[in-house]
Amino acid sequence: MKVRILVSFKDSVLDPQGQTVKNALHTLGYDAVTDVRQGKVFELDLEGLTRQQAEALVPEISRRVLANPIIEKFEWDILKGR
Amino acid sequence: MKFGVVQFPGSNCDFDAYHALRHAMKRPTVMLWHKDHDLQGVDCVVLPGGFAYGDYLRVGAIARFSPLMQQVKAFARGGGHVIGICNGFQVLLELGLLPGAMLRNKNLKFLCQPVHIRIENARTDFTRAGRKGQVLRVPIAHFDGNYYAPARTLNEVEANGEVVFRYCDADGKVTDEANVNGSLHAIAGIRNAAGNVLGMMPHPERAAEALLGSTDGRTVFESLILSLERPGAKARP
Repeated sequence: MKVRILVSFKDSVLDPQGQTVKNALHTLGYDAVTDVRQGKVFELDLEGLTRQQAEALVPEISRRVLANPIIEKFEWDILKGR
Repeated sequence: MKFGVVQFPGSNCDFDAYHALRHAMKRPTVMLWHKDHDLQGVDCVVLPGGFAYGDYLRVGAIARFSPLMQQVKAFARGGGHVIGICNGFQVLLELGLLPGAMLRNKNLKFLCQPVHIRIENARTDFTRAGRKGQVLRVPIAHFDGNYYAPARTLNEVEANGEVVFRYCDADGKVTDEANVNGSLHAIAGIRNAAGNVLGMMPHPERAAEALLGSTDGRTVFESLILSLERPGAKARP
């Protein structure tokens, strides 16, 4: 099974890198862009897990390691397998 | 008393800290390798500055899994003194020994410059040789020193006197301009509720000798030595 985890700053936390990207887009005339949030993507290959086990494991790994829950949130999807 | 300086792959202030403690403060100091399981009987653990594990994932995020850090965690939980400087502060936050987290500096620049910090609480084991309101001139060198904590945590940290240092100007005034990295409440250093763990972004070990332009950083080490060698001595108000 392959899963994709997206980690990004919580809405309440300022994302200066996202702001800088937004400013760059505005400089290029992309005025339709009103906000940019930057994040990190992780793709994990998992073996020997049922879907139910993966649904417990992936959030655990995300909370303990991939994201810092004080400043970051995460969401995840199964890309391949079941 | 004996200091121990932890070395991670990517630490680069380990020998600065060793030099300041061993030669400027003249106290026995040993290096502790991150893969070891033994703190060698030290009285105070120093987590030095640098880029432990290349800052992979997040600053300090991987260092906390080192075998030695499990010992450091137990040592701190048992009341042992731990000081994290710069990257060491970031590791302490990731390890959960101090509250909050670090964000990238507000201007997205790596800041390498002398700054002024004000002692907010002189009744700590890390500041008792100084006085409340005293301004220290100490260098910083970091990319991620923008202290953040959720409002409730921040209120607790403030209410419990856990803010040890704040960025300020030369006169001790806390201003937006002096708060170079954008830290909430201009926080430059905090201690834990129990009072035995300190994290600070500025580098006291780089300001421990006149030759380096400032001896203000000695206050932190003198306080620690006073606290550990003469625990009964009264802290200055």
